[in-house]
Amino acid sequence: MQGSGKIGGRLIAEVAAVAALFMLGQFLISTGMLEQYYQIILTSMCINIILAVSLSLINGFTGQLSLGHAGFMAVGAYASVVMTNRLDLPFIIGILAACLGAALAGFIIGVPTLRLKGDYLAIATLGFGEIIRVVLQNIDYVGGPSGIMGIEKYTTWAWLFASTILTLVVIVNLINSSYGRAIISVREDEVAAELMGINTTRYKVIAFVVGAMFAGLAGALYAHYFYIIKPESFTFMKSFDILVMVVLGGLGSTTGAVIAAIFVTALTAFLQSFPAIRMILYALILIIVMIYRPQGLMGNKEIGRKTLARLWGGKR
Amino acid sequence: MQEFIQQLINGLSLGAIYALIALGYTMVYGIIKLINFAHGDIMMVGAYVGFFSLSVLDSNILVAMIYAMLACSILGVLIEKIAYKPLRYSTRIAALITAIGVSLFLEYFTLFLLGPAQRVFPDTAFPVNNYNIIGVSVSNKDIFVIVSAVILMLILQYIIRMTKTGKAMRAVSEDKDAAVLMGISVDKTVSITFAIGSSLAAAAGVMIGVYYNTVNPLMGIVPGIKAFVAAVLGGIGLVPGAMVGGFLMGILETMVSGYGNSLYRDAVAYGVLILILIIKPTGLFGKNTGDKV
Repeated sequence: MQGSGKIGGRLIAEVAAVAALFMLGQFLISTGMLEQYYQIILTSMCINIILAVSLSLINGFTGQLSLGHAGFMAVGAYASVVMTNRLDLPFIIGILAACLGAALAGFIIGVPTLRLKGDYLAIATLGFGEIIRVVLQNIDYVGGPSGIMGIEKYTTWAWLFASTILTLVVIVNLINSSYGRAIISVREDEVAAELMGINTTRYKVIAFVVGAMFAGLAGALYAHYFYIIKPESFTFMKSFDILVMVVLGGLGSTTGAVIAAIFVTALTAFLQSFPAIRMILYALILIIVMIYRPQGLMGNKEIGRKTLARLWGGKR
Repeated sequence: MQEFIQQLINGLSLGAIYALIALGYTMVYGIIKLINFAHGDIMMVGAYVGFFSLSVLDSNILVAMIYAMLACSILGVLIEKIAYKPLRYSTRIAALITAIGVSLFLEYFTLFLLGPAQRVFPDTAFPVNNYNIIGVSVSNKDIFVIVSAVILMLILQYIIRMTKTGKAMRAVSEDKDAAVLMGISVDKTVSITFAIGSSLAAAAGVMIGVYYNTVNPLMGIVPGIKAFVAAVLGGIGLVPGAMVGGFLMGILETMVSGYGNSLYRDAVAYGVLILILIIKPTGLFGKNTGDKV
């Protein structure tokens, strides 16, 4: 009984902390204390967190190198904009369409390609990501190469915050569930996992579909904040962007992905006027991290309740 | 019919360029099992070296090509020593991500150094003549590209099949550990492979410069990926596969843009890639091997 009480108390404390964070953000934005420029950075941070955490599920936890994440983001962005802008439906329908569309795309792409291993998979997902973009370029209904402009700005702080928290809660709980154990076993040793009776393809597809779904969510939020979407925004360079965050944070660490997403977004904003330097830095970060710390900054460690409790209560 | 032959000739020149780049991919993959993502960008550097030796040093096109090949073979060896060698025994994903890093570095360092603007190959470097043979227009560009590519491929075949170095390369790609026991220096062989592969890419870079007249820092990305597709199509790791795959890829692409929708040209490359990977991942010439535990 005492145990459950403790868990209940902890949950309440966590919900309170999250609510406080939300209120703080809402207060800063609605009073205008946070300037427009910083609001854009904050939005990018939330979207990048969703992208990085969802790709980290595929690349980091399942060990399946995917280079097509921008493609799923594109599917989400376009699906949601078709709902809200073309069909005049409410934003929630757009979000649902984005998640479903991207998950479906993830399923269609995942089932055939996830039989491939390592760099073959990487290149196949890259190919699929690019095909999504080329196909979007050729559909006149969604504006062809010039994309869609004048998208309503529905993405509010509440949507952003709720989506980010939802992504984190779902993915962290998935990883800590029995599904998550199976997913991690696929990463550690696929042959051994298969011998233990795990249907590796099934778990790979599950991770891929969930990852794609959240990429779609990020795409919907992106489209309804930045006013314009075009196929060019979703090239494989965008996928590399997300990959840099995951690798930097550590393959197999959700908190690492979050921290890296925040760091990379801040760095991007800081170097906005020098895009070439930003990319050179990216490249050097990738090379140096891989040579000297191939497991990324956090490795597969997490900053969780225990770490926070230790910091809070001193050594115990 | 005439149009078909016309497209075929265009496809052959494009295919020759793809084949040269694909050879570098396939050789490196054969020997260290790494998809060298930076290979297309080495080609870009080669194109720039060719451009500068033509425009600044005012040299002949063949001399420019030799300069480019020399410069890029050094670049290739350096990249291998600095970025890939420390990772030879770590996971494949780590090596692949490093290769992406090297690729981004080459692209954006060039962009930073030389600016994003396109540069036009000097006209005087290669005066264009069009010959009309039974209603088909053949430019001396096409002849130059196809002939020099074939010569380079013959030289490569000679090196791989007839020389001691080539034997060492085949031995290392067959079984690295056994090669070491036979007294072959793996490090040296890998370096030579990178040098040869990169110099072929550089030659292809100069050819692209001649063929399309322009160079820019991001020009390596798309041909690089397509050449990779060509290498996979023929069976990655297999030298004859890369040649055939390159020509097939070039012809397929010109046919699609000639007879179909040119906007879908890029999608065709990726579609072929995915079909090959799903149906026969070892490529047209590959043999199936089982998983080793």
